[in-house]
Amino acid sequence: MKKIEAIIRKSKFDEVKEALHKIEVNFFTYWDVTGVGNEKVGHVYRGITYSTSDIQRRHLSIVVSDPFLEKTIEAILNSAATGLVGDGKIFVSDVQETYRIRTKEKGTDAVN
Amino acid sequence: MDTNTAMDLMWVLIAGCLVFFMQAGFTLVETGFTRSKNTGNIIMKNLMDFCIGSLAFWAVGYSLMYGESIGGLIGDMGQYAFFDSLPDMHSLFFQTVFAATAATIVSGAIAERTKFTTYLIFSLLMTLVIYPISGSWVWNAGGWLAKMGFTDFAGSTVVHAVGGFASLVAAALVGPRIGKYTDGRSNAIPGHNLMLGALGVFILWLGWFGFNPGSQLAISGDNAFKVAAIFITTNLAGAAGALAAMFLTWIFYKKPDISMTLNGVLAGLVGVTAGCAAVSPAGALMIGLICGIVVVFSIEFIDKKLKIDDPVGAVSVHGVCGALGTILVGLFATDGGLFYGGGFDKLIVQLTGVGAIVAWALATSFIVLFILKKTMGLRVTKEEEIDGLDIHEHGTNVYND
Repeated sequence: MKKIEAIIRKSKFDEVKEALHKIEVNFFTYWDVTGVGNEKVGHVYRGITYSTSDIQRRHLSIVVSDPFLEKTIEAILNSAATGLVGDGKIFVSDVQETYRIRTKEKGTDAVN
Repeated sequence: MDTNTAMDLMWVLIAGCLVFFMQAGFTLVETGFTRSKNTGNIIMKNLMDFCIGSLAFWAVGYSLMYGESIGGLIGDMGQYAFFDSLPDMHSLFFQTVFAATAATIVSGAIAERTKFTTYLIFSLLMTLVIYPISGSWVWNAGGWLAKMGFTDFAGSTVVHAVGGFASLVAAALVGPRIGKYTDGRSNAIPGHNLMLGALGVFILWLGWFGFNPGSQLAISGDNAFKVAAIFITTNLAGAAGALAAMFLTWIFYKKPDISMTLNGVLAGLVGVTAGCAAVSPAGALMIGLICGIVVVFSIEFIDKKLKIDDPVGAVSVHGVCGALGTILVGLFATDGGLFYGGGFDKLIVQLTGVGAIVAWALATSFIVLFILKKTMGLRVTKEEEIDGLDIHEHGTNVYND
């Protein structure tokens, strides 16, 4: 079992969700995050120009069984890309165990 | 009572209600242009200055302003003290909401760092003494500026410049918000919700249709035409002010600035308040344009050159444009204005009146605030300011989820 964490553009979220549904990854969580990166955004407020490196992105956390790993990553890589700086990153890590609370199943059975 | 008198009375009361609603507008503009952690403090300041002002103006203020004038300088304090004159109740209501407007202007300029108790005391003295005395010079038939022929129909100077220049003194004495100026540079502290600011401006604009046309104090007979004309001059100036500010910021900052354009509306409205009954529609439009341009330069000048931190632009909108609009009556008044062949006499009277009242506002508010600074202190502690005034001064947050 693997945990895939993806930080993507908010504008690409719907496409990524669609792509994940297509490969039958239907269970994941996400939340909005603020981060710091290479991108600088210029603002003007009441005549004062200022720039901020704070960037708004969406963070997805997806736990999949091993056979799903490659196609999930591929789906995100293809659907979240614009080719411009700031498309985001994907992190993969091992998950020791998974439990489904309702049925008390564990392991791969509990993932999907 | 005949029908005409009843109609006049009703118009004054309805217009007074519109002016009362401006308190909501001020609250919204101030909260929208500042950070969410101080919203509750701004709510309380705007609510309480109206409540304190209502009592103070009833008890003493109205009498100082409209009592028999003593030497043209001050109304007879005893005449209407603890006001209970049945035929003039509508007048007390209308003038009370005006007094509260002058007081509430200050709250925005000193937002996010001022002690609540100190503000309450200043607000009391504003409606009790500062506003009524200079007001009596103009709106009391026996006032020295009234006798000179000074024109300030609905209070560009009497209300707005008094509030605006008191704001300047207050903002200077309180000092800038933490983080506003670093290494001599002015930093942007974006307001937390410009939608609230925009709604506030629309409400203020609506309120102005009570503020200016209501100051005719009658609507029966030919007054109705006059009232309708003032609706038009008022509206044109507000619209022109917004357009001027929008295009100016569009050129300067490459994009049309939202909060500056909102200030532009108010600048035009404040500017035309003095001359709304004395200028033509085209003249009102010109006053609005001029104020909409000046307000942008003024906000930049006060922020970047004087380094006085005024989060909402109250000094520029109410002080500078109030004074300027009153002076412009000397140019644009169809009867006696310089541009209409009236020569310089009117202009000189306008300059004298504005100079005297601005000096009065600066001096009295300096005395009061300086004493408050030395005794109670004007500012909250650094810790309170950084955490937000809501949690420290009022024990709660406004946005709880």
